[in-house]
Amino acid sequence: MAKANMAQKRNEMPTQEPLVRAQNFDEVALGYTEEMAMDEAMRCLDCKNMPCVEGCPVKIHIPAFINKIKEGDFEGAYQIIAKSSSLPAVCGRVCPQETQCEARCVRGIKGESVGIGRLERFVADWHNTFTAASLEKPTPNGHRVAVVGSGPSGLTCAGDLAKKGYKVTVFEALHTAGGVLVYGIPEFRLPKAIVAKEVEGLKALDVDIETNVVIGKTLTVDELFGMGYEAVFIGSGAGLPNFMGIPGESLKGVYSANEFLTRSNLMKAYRENPETPIMKGGRVAVVGGGNVAMDAARTALRLGAQKVYIVYRRSMDELPARREEVEHAMEEGIDFMLLNNPVEILGYHNPENPRDEKNGFVRGMRCIKMELGEPDAKGRRRPVEIPGSEFEIEVDTVIISIGTSPNPLIKNTTSGLDVNSHGGIIVNEDGLTTRDAVYAGGDAVTGAATVISAMGAGKVAAKAIDELLQKKN
Amino acid sequence: MYQIVKKKVLNPTVVELHIKAPLVANKAEPGQFIILRTDEDGERIPLTVAGVCKEEGTVKIIYQIVGATTRKLAEKNEGDFLQDFVGPLGVPTHLEGLKKVCIVGGGVGCAIAMPIAQRLHEMGAEVVGIIGFRSRDLLICEEEFKACCDRLTVMTDDGSYGRHGNVTLPLKEMLEGGEAFDMIITIGPLIMMKFVVATAKPFGVPVTVSMNPVMIDGTGMCGGCRLTLNVDGKKVTRFACVDGPDFNGYEVDFDEAMSRGRMYTEFERHAYEATCNLYKKEVK
Repeated sequence: MAKANMAQKRNEMPTQEPLVRAQNFDEVALGYTEEMAMDEAMRCLDCKNMPCVEGCPVKIHIPAFINKIKEGDFEGAYQIIAKSSSLPAVCGRVCPQETQCEARCVRGIKGESVGIGRLERFVADWHNTFTAASLEKPTPNGHRVAVVGSGPSGLTCAGDLAKKGYKVTVFEALHTAGGVLVYGIPEFRLPKAIVAKEVEGLKALDVDIETNVVIGKTLTVDELFGMGYEAVFIGSGAGLPNFMGIPGESLKGVYSANEFLTRSNLMKAYRENPETPIMKGGRVAVVGGGNVAMDAARTALRLGAQKVYIVYRRSMDELPARREEVEHAMEEGIDFMLLNNPVEILGYHNPENPRDEKNGFVRGMRCIKMELGEPDAKGRRRPVEIPGSEFEIEVDTVIISIGTSPNPLIKNTTSGLDVNSHGGIIVNEDGLTTRDAVYAGGDAVTGAATVISAMGAGKVAAKAIDELLQKKN
Repeated sequence: MYQIVKKKVLNPTVVELHIKAPLVANKAEPGQFIILRTDEDGERIPLTVAGVCKEEGTVKIIYQIVGATTRKLAEKNEGDFLQDFVGPLGVPTHLEGLKKVCIVGGGVGCAIAMPIAQRLHEMGAEVVGIIGFRSRDLLICEEEFKACCDRLTVMTDDGSYGRHGNVTLPLKEMLEGGEAFDMIITIGPLIMMKFVVATAKPFGVPVTVSMNPVMIDGTGMCGGCRLTLNVDGKKVTRFACVDGPDFNGYEVDFDEAMSRGRMYTEFERHAYEATCNLYKKEVK
């Protein structure tokens, strides 16, 4: 085998030019070519102790798939990833690799770590382009399982069970399957065709997907058992958006990030002449520093905003968003107002004319400067207001992106299903809830987290459900 | 896909549809709502359930043609299909223990108040109905209300039918006359509900109002339907889709809700005109 590529820098990811992409919704990152992928793979030292695998929530055998890339066996690489991950094309795009696998990479000590996420994406895209889906259907084993929610945890759980011969029905509240992958993550970061392909793949395994069914309303968990399902997996996702509780949050022009992104992504408000309205253009402030905040800010920019701010109360080091998204956002011209916190959203009010059409719309936001104080329980330095440092910025739209609280619908209609003080469903290490044969995973359990951790939870639950139902045979 | 099995035009701007949706029909209770999309790429609109037929698996909705989507919906006929129809959403109206109730409906809100009045009547409660419309040609549901109300007053703004004036007039008379209602349940335009609350306040009668704010998913995800309530002097945010749509009328910030309801007025007017042009209908 050829000698390792000892270049300190990784192969750069080809992307659309920032000024071009800031005006379209096409995918930002274009993906490695075969040559780039093989060159990048050569940077992997194939460490015996595989620290990268330890950093992966679903324990993909990373050096093994990279070795296949080195050999030019891309399908072989895909098959290795597919053993551990159900959604490689998705995870290659949205995983926070820099805090997971890539954080442990030995090459990162002196220089940049191997671009593991980029390689995963390359392999998944190569497979999707060149390999016809195998239509080999598993032999049905006669057991039925219901999956609530078609986001990353639900799709994964359904896929793993279907491959073992279970008859799985996925119930989705919205009109399109995919959960946060469809309503939350924008097209420019995760093309919807990729999600649709994953969903089609499940259907090819005879998984039924029932949209427009709200579990907890249309049907309850107990009714699912009455219908003959022997186990239920709840992957209903995060719930109601949190607001800050500052004056002005009900003004027209204030959105939760969930609402703003759902209007644009799920309801296609970004297209020309959409049927669902969204506020476009103007000056926009996004409050928060997570991936959702980055998605909202970059969506606002693409919808024609003249100026977009990220207002975050801590500093760049604490910004929780995926590094690549922060870099992309900065390149596109998003203005990061760090160490600032909103104290009031200001509305337009014309005392002369109560019928002025602008009345009640946002005109600005008052912020206060912050500094970092002592570390909190999680070790993050606590932001503290600097007295007398208040100032105003002029904005027309404010998007609040400070997290969500669990949805109450299933908890309220399922007796014996215990939740913790934050409202998250309580599960054991197998994903089993306090109800027999009811499993849960993803944001419904943990609160807002990552796609990969939800996927991991779906896998764990699928394994436990299989063990449970095999005992019945 | 969800089939329209029956269509009835109630007046020039109000249409009644019966939609085949057995799972929804099986569960829906008075006060709950559904969300529908007419076609792929259509917007999601919430409409309150006006009745169900469990045997036939159908859900009745009665809606007013006010915008692009309801205009498109009005073009659909018996046998046609809706792309999406999901529900029942929201919390059913709390009716347990009520013995004497005044139902105050306004305009198309009467269609939503009707199943509540019917349920109360079935429960053996005394039901006093007040329904109001702009004029005679917009009158709906009168026969249905007569059948389930112990007393019914019909009001029109222009005096073309029933009594002349708005719904608060007879309500005030009844309250002043010493009528003791356990509850007033009011459904209609925000401004009407606001004044029903103001009318009832001096008499200390509890008022339940049904809110219908801007909404997308309707399942507690987007937060677009949020309302501000004043609970014991404290402002709290509530979500109409999962906490409502019914709220204690004394707690609702109506002015804010009215302002928020006008967020997309401009967009909606353009969309409505474009849709009307599409169907070559006169823009009213």
